[in-house]
Amino acid sequence: MAHESTYQPQAGIEKWMDDRLPVMRLVHDSFVDFPTPKNLNYWYTFGGILTFCLVAQIATGITLAMHYVANDTMAFASVEHIMRDVNFGWLIRYSHAVGASMFFLAVYLHMFRGMYYGSYKAPREVLWILGCIIFLLMMATGFMGYVLPWGQMSFWGATVITSLFGAIPIIGDPIQQWMLGGFAVGNPALNRFFSLHYLLPFVIFGMVVLHVWALHVPGNNNPTGIDAKGPQDTVPFHPYYTVKDAFGLVIFMLIFAGFVFFAPNALGHPDNYIPANNLVTPAHIVPEWYLLPFYAILRSITFDFGIPFTDIIFIKAKFLGVIAMFASIGVLFVLPWLDTSKVRSMRYRPIMRFFFLIIFLPACVGLGWVGAETPAKVLYQQGEFTYYADYFEGEELTTLTYDTAEERDHAVESLVAVGTEVEIRDGTPFQFQMVHLGLILTIVYFAYFIIIMPLVGIIETPRPMPASIAESVLPRSSASAAAAE
Amino acid sequence: MMTRFTIALLASLIALPAFAAGDAEHPQAPPQGWSFDGVFGRYDPQTLQRGYLVYEQVCSSCHGLEYVTYRNLAEPGGPGFTMDQARAIAAEHLVPAGPDQDGNTTDENGLPLTRDGIPADAIPSPYANDLAARAANGGALPPDLSLMTKARLNGPSYIYSLLTGYEPDPHGEEQVGLYYNSYFTNHWIAMAPPLSDGLVEFPDGTEGTVENQAFAVTNFLMWASEPHLEKRKRMGFQVMLFLLILSVLLYMGYRRVWADQH
Ligand code: HEC
Ligand code: HEM
Repeated sequence: MAHESTYQPQAGIEKWMDDRLPVMRLVHDSFVDFPTPKNLNYWYTFGGILTFCLVAQIATGITLAMHYVANDTMAFASVEHIMRDVNFGWLIRYSHAVGASMFFLAVYLHMFRGMYYGSYKAPREVLWILGCIIFLLMMATGFMGYVLPWGQMSFWGATVITSLFGAIPIIGDPIQQWMLGGFAVGNPALNRFFSLHYLLPFVIFGMVVLHVWALHVPGNNNPTGIDAKGPQDTVPFHPYYTVKDAFGLVIFMLIFAGFVFFAPNALGHPDNYIPANNLVTPAHIVPEWYLLPFYAILRSITFDFGIPFTDIIFIKAKFLGVIAMFASIGVLFVLPWLDTSKVRSMRYRPIMRFFFLIIFLPACVGLGWVGAETPAKVLYQQGEFTYYADYFEGEELTTLTYDTAEERDHAVESLVAVGTEVEIRDGTPFQFQMVHLGLILTIVYFAYFIIIMPLVGIIETPRPMPASIAESVLPRSSASAAAAE
Repeated sequence: MMTRFTIALLASLIALPAFAAGDAEHPQAPPQGWSFDGVFGRYDPQTLQRGYLVYEQVCSSCHGLEYVTYRNLAEPGGPGFTMDQARAIAAEHLVPAGPDQDGNTTDENGLPLTRDGIPADAIPSPYANDLAARAANGGALPPDLSLMTKARLNGPSYIYSLLTGYEPDPHGEEQVGLYYNSYFTNHWIAMAPPLSDGLVEFPDGTEGTVENQAFAVTNFLMWASEPHLEKRKRMGFQVMLFLLILSVLLYMGYRRVWADQH
């Protein structure tokens, strides 16, 4: 929270510097004596963890770039050269690849934390929006980074994602060609993706500086969502939260190291160890796990938007899917204005908490699952496929019924051979497919933000809240004693 | 409350890659399992040497190992050949050569120049190019094997199952130049069954059954894909131990710093 500076320059050099460029004062006031709510739990360590992730990605990334060759004939081999011949190259590359997944894991938990404790609400809207921008930039960086090893999934993932821009009416094709530097994914695309993949993390870095600045104006929110009212509610950031963040970070690093050293390829796709080949399309093209929910939303829209029962179409299915996918991220930006509740934390919002934990979170995970599967996969089927052949035997209508199309066609052939006129029809059972589940979950996802959130904020009666942060952290017995005083 | 959901979230994320199965039969691990599996897993140099023998005598007539060099065979954490053995193995192979002193790229018969291999050479494909490889294999391309165990889901077990899984088509069907194998994606593979009992004789007395040959060559291919596996796991233990101790120290520090607040 913005507060009086308590920095006291000690040595002469510190004073000299403070009169010229007070960086030490900035650091002291931001990370040493910064008053921080005393009730932050481990969900609040992810901000520090994310900072570590960003620095780790930049450090490993710069080292990789010293050996990587951004050329469509050499990229795959240069990555193998790093893995086999560069000293500790395997460590650097596995850390960077696993690091991307860990980065997204942390950012999702960080965002869910913010949603649960209402950290996006006034006066933290700008802080939240900066976070959303960071998230968007991370997705772009992750996507382009995945293209660089130039494996099968790199190539075909890039093909699918850039073709989304081609779905935009009229200007789509020119935009797609401009982005790719050609008519298809190839060397020009690889080169510009590398250039941008190197650039964007530094843009993210700049955004993180703004993000932390925007955090330090209102100060941290906390699990109660109640504003800190005075020194009894806060502790200085150092050493209280430096040590707590450090502990959280080391636990995170244990999981990170577990993947890097013992299951480095568990989060990747085997097809990316096959060199890119524009003549062979993989059986299933899937993005990395952290983009799957958005991929699911994209593919779940299979209908055109137009006037029903006419041929008038305003938006084609593919473009509608693209709009839905971008809207699913866009809706996060306006979250502060969709939430009508006066209470921040879901600790005191029983109905919203139910919708968040029981409806919204599982829907997000479910969308991830749908994104990984083939859309046509049948989840539930009622009845069987039946194949009919109708013909007249004299005056009488005769119907033959078969289990497979082949058997029926075989029978029809012999009937036709003797000059009978036959009509065929198929009986399709009711099928509930992956794509249908995806559509339902997409609707749930949007409904959560657009309908449930504004509505519940109005109708819900919040649970009683503690008077202050200090009261909320007192043990139960002393809390009642304090209340009795 | 949130903890429980995080666990569910994490579990489903980790399970995701497992959903990408085709209609092929699920690969089976060999009865003796894989020595390189698990956190303590490592390679058995004897098995890797037998595996190299199978590769050399059988697979290398169709498949190359473009990212593996002969010197790798003598590096720690691998088959454990000596550098002299690796040099001798390299010298037994012809590799494409550059132009000679007079600038010729072909010999008097018009064939491309070749020379004896040296340890720094990659293990070459037997074919001059992909088109030649396809022409010799009925249109199918025998893929490079350097990364094969990582390029298939459940790689090692898949390759083992593929090599041991040839059988007559259950419907009695036959196709020209294709062989029935229920582990392959569409069940018909262009690779004739490469192994047969007694095809490779192992000098260490291991019986030359199809299973033993497949087991050895798959171990070898795993090493070819992941040559630094042993080093990686060893370092992993050191890093994890360090982080564990650090986390205990930090937790103690945390309790101490916060003692006056609780
Ligand atoms: C006579 C040539 C020949 C020999 C010898 C041979 N292969 Fe193959 N192999 C092929 C061809 C051709 C293919 C491509 C098959 C296809 O795509 O249908 C192939 C494909 C493969 C594949 C990839 C299967 C897939 O999932 O795409 C593996 C693994 C493999 N071979 C391993 C071996 C091993 C191990 C050996 C030695 C024991 C070996 N091959 C010996 C010709 C050969
Ligand atoms: C590169 C990625 C990011 C980094 C490095 C980062 C860093 C930080 C740091 C250091 C904090 C303070 C400590 C904490 O509360 O955990 C913080 C707070 C916050 N971040 Fe981020 N962040 C990132 C991405 C995001 C994203 C994507 C969002 C949401 C869209 C977001 C939303 C927030 C909010 C709302 C807070 C205030 C939390 C509170 O006080 O309750 N951040 N961030």
